[in-house]
Amino acid sequence: MMRHFGPAEALFIIEAVRWTLLLSAIAFVGGAIAGLGVAIARTAPSAWLRDIAAAYIQVFQGTPLLMQMFLVFFGSTVLGAGIDPLVAAAIALTLNAAAFLGEIWRGCIQAIPAGQWEAATALGMRHLARMRYVILPQAGKIAIAPTVGFLVLLLKSTSLASIIGFVEITRAGQIINNVTFQPFLVFGLVGTIYFLLCWPLSRVSQMLERRFGTVRR
Amino acid sequence: MNYVFQFGDVWAARWDLLWGAWLTIELSASAMVIGLVVAVLCALSKTMGPKPIRWAVDGYIEIIRNTPFLIQIFIIFFGLPRAGIYMSSNQAALLAMVVNVGAYAAEIVRAGIESIGRGQIEAGLALGLRPLQVFRYVILFPALSTVYPALCSQFILLMLNSSVVSTISAQELTATANDLQARTFRSFEIYIVVTGIYLVLSMLFSGTFGAIYRAVFARPGARA
Repeated sequence: MMRHFGPAEALFIIEAVRWTLLLSAIAFVGGAIAGLGVAIARTAPSAWLRDIAAAYIQVFQGTPLLMQMFLVFFGSTVLGAGIDPLVAAAIALTLNAAAFLGEIWRGCIQAIPAGQWEAATALGMRHLARMRYVILPQAGKIAIAPTVGFLVLLLKSTSLASIIGFVEITRAGQIINNVTFQPFLVFGLVGTIYFLLCWPLSRVSQMLERRFGTVRR
Repeated sequence: MNYVFQFGDVWAARWDLLWGAWLTIELSASAMVIGLVVAVLCALSKTMGPKPIRWAVDGYIEIIRNTPFLIQIFIIFFGLPRAGIYMSSNQAALLAMVVNVGAYAAEIVRAGIESIGRGQIEAGLALGLRPLQVFRYVILFPALSTVYPALCSQFILLMLNSSVVSTISAQELTATANDLQARTFRSFEIYIVVTGIYLVLSMLFSGTFGAIYRAVFARPGARA
């Protein structure tokens, strides 16, 4: 039976925005925590820590996010317990975000002039103290703009969760399209919602880039 | 954990998977080449074109960069036939990839073009180069050389993103894996192998990009 695309159908899609936002929030918080670890390991004095972090980044940036989702989703069956698509998507996106944020923040950490590192070392600080009190506060400032930019990428990436069956806005759009067969209208609406979420963030990122883009020496 | 790993079905389908990998290479490489042309045209019209064209290009870039690739595929594959434009799923996949990468690469190329000083262009003209020569040797070549690394990571991201076109059943590596999965139910084994193939592909592309850089931009006589 063919349904008409009316307010009820539009509302079904709009209401699914919360799931997109929830998934993005989980992945961003999880990815930020793990990503900080990756960034610190990537710039650590010990060579094997650096290598492990580099390998982690290489694997997660060198394979499709869709495959990472499939592996978490089907991998949970291997471990004996099937998991909810939301949990699978959240885990995959977190691991993926950790690699991207880790690499972005590594760049920010390494952008801090060598004099700052040397001064902190001369003051007798060990690696973690040096990071905590000298490097990260300065690196944090230049990290804001690219991190907001990454948030846009993450928001768009959550659409892949629809493929493993999590009903966020893309999946909600597919469901409605299947019963109304109005692809332009349905995916136009879904696309517009993504645009309204992402575009302000992109602009903020560009604005921050101009303000905090460079390191003060 | 009582799961018994069985890679027999994956091994039996090794030629199918390699063929799928080749299709992914073909699809991605075509999208990269066409996408680069689109990007250069967009970047040029954005820096030098008349106002209305600039706005149109701006709109295209902003819309593509702020919506998911998956939605772009759906609009092209499900939407365009409603407007009377029919395509096979592979043609739709290629078009979606070109439209997508064109917008991202346009911004990158634009940054490169804007890094060329006015004085360079004036010097080129003063030396008696024709406008087309100035464009080729003074603007485009140095601009591409400057943004080459950023362009390459965008292209590798495109290759990885191409796994998403399996949703409209375009034939490539992920679609091959999905077919195999439906036949054998060895999901985890299949996807871990395919993930490995993608990792190799991304290294292959990145190695090829390095070789292209050395051949085109770093040869003696080429300006950096």
